[in-house]
Amino acid sequence: MESNLYKFCLRLADTSFILSYRLGEYVSHGPFLEEDLSITNVGLDLIGQAESLFKYAAEIKGGGITDDDIAYKRDESEYLNFHLVEYPNEDFAFITVRQFFMDVYNYHLFTALKNSSDPTIAAVAAKSIKEVNYHLQRSRKWMLRLGDGTEESHNKIQYAVNELWKYTDELFDMDAIHKSLIEEGVAVDLKEVEKSWIKDVLEALGEATVTKPEHVKHSLVYGKNGGHTDFMGYILTDLQYLTNRYPDAIW
Amino acid sequence: MENSKNLEVFQAKIDAEIKIEPKDWMPDEYRQHLIRQMSQHAHSEVIGMQPEGNWITRSPSLRARKILMAKVQDEGGHGLYLYCATETLGVTREQLIQWLHEGKAKYASVFNYPSPTWADMGAIGWLVDGAAIVNQVSLQRTSYGPYSRAMVRICKEESFHQRQGYEIMATLMEGTAEQKKMAQEAFERWWWPSLMMFGPHDGDSPRSSNAMKWKIKRETNDDLRQQFIDKTIPQAELIGLKIPDANYKLLENGSYETSDIDWDEFWNVIKGNGPCNTQRIKQHAAAHDNGQWVREAAIAYNEKKEQQLKSA
Repeated sequence: MESNLYKFCLRLADTSFILSYRLGEYVSHGPFLEEDLSITNVGLDLIGQAESLFKYAAEIKGGGITDDDIAYKRDESEYLNFHLVEYPNEDFAFITVRQFFMDVYNYHLFTALKNSSDPTIAAVAAKSIKEVNYHLQRSRKWMLRLGDGTEESHNKIQYAVNELWKYTDELFDMDAIHKSLIEEGVAVDLKEVEKSWIKDVLEALGEATVTKPEHVKHSLVYGKNGGHTDFMGYILTDLQYLTNRYPDAIW
Repeated sequence: MENSKNLEVFQAKIDAEIKIEPKDWMPDEYRQHLIRQMSQHAHSEVIGMQPEGNWITRSPSLRARKILMAKVQDEGGHGLYLYCATETLGVTREQLIQWLHEGKAKYASVFNYPSPTWADMGAIGWLVDGAAIVNQVSLQRTSYGPYSRAMVRICKEESFHQRQGYEIMATLMEGTAEQKKMAQEAFERWWWPSLMMFGPHDGDSPRSSNAMKWKIKRETNDDLRQQFIDKTIPQAELIGLKIPDANYKLLENGSYETSDIDWDEFWNVIKGNGPCNTQRIKQHAAAHDNGQWVREAAIAYNEKKEQQLKSA
């Protein structure tokens, strides 16, 4: 039986890890060179965040398991990332909206987690917030440029917002695991995070002349509980290719 | 008359090892040579992101993933410095990219080979970056100021790239039988193409003579290639890789003699018949085309904001 804290670490770590996977996939496909470089930067920061949390998860689990074992050697249902980050790089508008939603979320989440009673979580949050600050500036600026740029870019960003909005539900869900960690002072109240998230997102959408879509609760089992979209299997097939094919090898 | 006076001043500067700067007078042929060479160099960095980008998502550990991603990002950064340095010669990046897509501009032919295994990440870093360093160290002394300064900066990062590539190879050679096989095969795939990176023999290199006189190029293709061979063979032997050349031997002067390169293959890949020529340009052009609306949006947004500022 895995501890709540272990699961909590993985929810955070896997979300950063899978998002970094998507950004890694986009390397050398960017709209221009500078953007290619900055997307890679964000991806690198996210791997760093994931790595710190995988290390901590390995420590919690014990028995000589490593951060790489956790990152690479689990079944799909044991990955606990949000659905949002599994969503493919459909185009630059999708990449931007996905990133913006996560950046606003991480900004408020990590700001709150800096005061976590768990010193490792608090330290990871304090370190990450500096990076997220920069990520958010970048993705927010792109929301505005694309929303208030040309008619084409406006339509594309509006479409991506419409399509991705449903996946944001999960970001604020608090199940029994989460609630018990709030009581211990480890996790934070996601309703508070949600309030700040909505405020910031609506403000940016307004500036970008993009309309907020109607909220629909979608019926998949949340990623944080091990349910995934069809995209996840392909991500893992690719990501785990070498570790599956050569299970005894050290890289 | 004026032209010959200018040419005299120009050559005197070169001879005195004074860098030529963007606003200085320079012969048109010097400018054209640099535009061709520097943009080719920039394109090589950018196209070179593809064979390694191919493995980012499949990197087998968190550490390997971070390193590979950072490395590929560095290549993009090098491309950027070099495009900017080339722009000082009065040509735009947009134009350079168009020439690349039209096939008028080239990039290092070595990137037309595929990277089928993780070991190729090792071999590319170690051999391709290793060969590039030898060339680039020499180019730090090139006569055109912006190019020379870009090279100084790039060389610092390239030595990290070469070490990361060698580390991958060394780790594989200490690993399972399958990993050793993977490393040896990748070494065999990249050995000859990396030797080809230095270009044809000096006698067959059409543009060498002016380039040497103007100190754009400081050492000959064959000299640079030999430096690379002499440095790399002992590194390969140290980790147990077999040199894919039945005739190689150590000479008394400490240098290695090797078989001649298959120049038919070299020219054939340059002509466009390498395994990945079409794929590389297609990917670059697709990214560029797919990015068109994004670039347009950014421009339109900036114009709107400027307009709003003016009317405010």
